[in-house]
Amino acid sequence: MDNSKIGHHISGQFNKELEDIRNKVLTMGGLVEQQIELAIQAFTTGDAEIAEQVIRQDNDVDAQQMEIDLECTQILALRQPAAFDLRLLLTVIKVINELEIIGDLAERIGRMAIHVSDNEGKKNVQYYELQHMADLVKDMLHDALDTFARMNIDEITRITGLDESVDREYGNIIRHLITQMMEDPRNITRTLNVLWTVRALERIGDHACYICQHLIYMVKGEDVRHLSQQELELKVNK
Amino acid sequence: MASKEVRTHAIDMNSILRGQGKKAAEQNEISIKVENLNLFYGAKQALHTINMEMPKKRVTAYIGPSGCGKSTLLRCINRMNDLVDSARIEGKILLDNENIYDKSVNVAALRRRVGMVFQKPNPFPKSIFENVAYGLRIQGINDKRILEETVENALRGAALWDEMKDRLNDNALGISGGQQQRLVIARAIAIEPEVLLLDEPASALDPISTLKIEELINELKEKYTIVIVTHNMQQAARVSDYTAFMYMGELIEIGTTSELFTNPKKKQTEDYITGRYG
Repeated sequence: MDNSKIGHHISGQFNKELEDIRNKVLTMGGLVEQQIELAIQAFTTGDAEIAEQVIRQDNDVDAQQMEIDLECTQILALRQPAAFDLRLLLTVIKVINELEIIGDLAERIGRMAIHVSDNEGKKNVQYYELQHMADLVKDMLHDALDTFARMNIDEITRITGLDESVDREYGNIIRHLITQMMEDPRNITRTLNVLWTVRALERIGDHACYICQHLIYMVKGEDVRHLSQQELELKVNK
Repeated sequence: MASKEVRTHAIDMNSILRGQGKKAAEQNEISIKVENLNLFYGAKQALHTINMEMPKKRVTAYIGPSGCGKSTLLRCINRMNDLVDSARIEGKILLDNENIYDKSVNVAALRRRVGMVFQKPNPFPKSIFENVAYGLRIQGINDKRILEETVENALRGAALWDEMKDRLNDNALGISGGQQQRLVIARAIAIEPEVLLLDEPASALDPISTLKIEELINELKEKYTIVIVTHNMQQAARVSDYTAFMYMGELIEIGTTSELFTNPKKKQTEDYITGRYG
């Protein structure tokens, strides 16, 4: 099941419409990836300008979601797609919903960054502990979008498997933050800022996983939501 | 008093359960079974080793490109292909476990059990009443009361009674195409067949008449096993419980309609229903 799935329609116009939707989803995904990247940068460096950019960008993400939604609705109404085409469109509608939520979470990190920079300025912020986790969830989202672009789910269980690392990392950071708060109550404000941000990152990881689940449905026609990683591996490799 | 109530309740539950059991068994019953069916028109083989089962009181749709053999297969079910001189058939079609190609089978009796409706409505140039009563009259039934009752029931069954009750003596050729097609269905169900074969029943009709026919099919499956051939895949998706995809005289895939249209197992099916065939 490869990329050529989209092509080869007798109706060239239909090919074009599906291809167009696919490209728009990838553009939207790229924008959301960039949002996360910038949000983390703004947060770790206390740069309010970058944070403002993240917040502004969320409007573009929302607009793209609505545009793609509309196009999917039109195709459903006018072409009555079936089989893979139908699953592709249903998947697109779900995936852009996840992307929009991820965009909102990035925006939340951006707002946190502005808050931090108001309190502490650019200097001495050093939220180094969440960098590794941020890299992990960015990879997950990137690989999920890559899977969508190639329409090949060979790598999919590796991506969903990363969520366990993200959760472990999340647990580690929380324990570390609790220790810091107990050591010195003056740390509490800073610690809570980190806490909100890692929470957002953890949710981004979850939504990247949901995207993977939707992609499995698109390619295999199997609904794999609400399954454990082991059950999911069994279904995919069946 | 209390114990009596409990007992009554228990009896009711049992009868309900029995009823459910009967219903479930009926659902799984096979009406038509095709076994290793080959059909030749002269030297050309039109159907290749078809094997399939069609459940009782369900709608099975055949889809596939023109010339794939779906109408040919449909016509085998009431031996319409006997009328084609060059046609030769191997294999069996079992209707309620009885081979309809057995030498002992009376073809006229078979066609009373298996009614058929064609693409173009073909009412007889008679009154609406006589069209529906025709099947009974050729069986020698002329009792006015029986005829009237049957015609009314058949017209009601075909969702046509309210439109036709005041004009039963009008010529059937004077009503609209959609009404004619429902009239033909009424004529087919007047003789109470077990199976209804519909060969593109709505392809010559406008969208509203088409919807009426589809609605009718949905009601008719309460009483009859229905097999429908259609070029309109959305129609197959809407009206049928099972769908069979045929290609070049072969049965490629048969499954529940919802499965076949969302997640077909064979690539040929996928290509056809998504418009990539050819």
